[in-house]
Amino acid sequence: MRRALQIVALVVALSALAFWAARGANRGWTITDKKVTTLDEVTGLEGITYEKGFWPGVDFLGGVLLGAGALAGASLLIRNKPKTQN
Amino acid sequence: MKTEIVSLLAIGFASVALAAPQTFDFKDPKGVNNVQFLLDAPLEPISGSASGISGTVTFDPANPGATKGRIVVDAKSLFVPNAMMKDHMHGKDWMDVATNKEIAFETKELKNVKTTGDVTTADAVGTFTLKGVTKDITVPVKLTYLKDQLGKRMQNAKGDLLVVRANFSIKRTDFGINPKAPEDKVADKIDLTLSIAGAAPQK
Repeated sequence: MRRALQIVALVVALSALAFWAARGANRGWTITDKKVTTLDEVTGLEGITYEKGFWPGVDFLGGVLLGAGALAGASLLIRNKPKTQN
Repeated sequence: MKTEIVSLLAIGFASVALAAPQTFDFKDPKGVNNVQFLLDAPLEPISGSASGISGTVTFDPANPGATKGRIVVDAKSLFVPNAMMKDHMHGKDWMDVATNKEIAFETKELKNVKTTGDVTTADAVGTFTLKGVTKDITVPVKLTYLKDQLGKRMQNAKGDLLVVRANFSIKRTDFGINPKAPEDKVADKIDLTLSIAGAAPQK
């Protein structure tokens, strides 16, 4: 049980890191709308629209890593069953 | 001879009509008009934009120095790409958009007017209203007059366009926007970039 929790904590932490890196390794806050600019050729102005999505930031990464750490810490409170000798 | 005089008078009247000040409406059906803001604090740069722009500017191509107008930004259109941050920004402690629905700049006069071709640069002296506080400020503006270009932007329309660009800064604390907030997290200086185009359709 202890080992299982530690493996889950490791998988959660690595998955969060991989997801954060794959979504652009955003070092700011989590973004739910991304700025998209389009050029108006007549006026030369750049219009701004926002693309909906989820780009995790350091708050997401910190939260998940903290959770994984808590899970790993909790695993230390679980006692392994003593091995029975036949 | 009589025909020539009538023709000359007609040309004269037409010139006067063409030189008359035009009123440009900045409610943009294409949704391009925007104002961008940046608060570049050491710990947390915050940037966003607002698109709910309206207002009118009276511009005379023959006398750009006489330009007058009022540009309004719908406070509810202020946007940052983080949903929670946007809710905080719209809230009572910050912009309080439920009470203070408009951000507005109204020109009193233009100073240091320089015109080259269709481009005029000037310092627009006027009043800026934000979160219910009105202050006199001077904004460097660039006006680009695009004659007969409205049709290129909107089908079946005839008329002129006026592009207004401005970069200026204000202080958050001058307008009572959460003055107690630490400046290392939320900068006091707000850099604003206005990029808008108005249309004067021919009637």
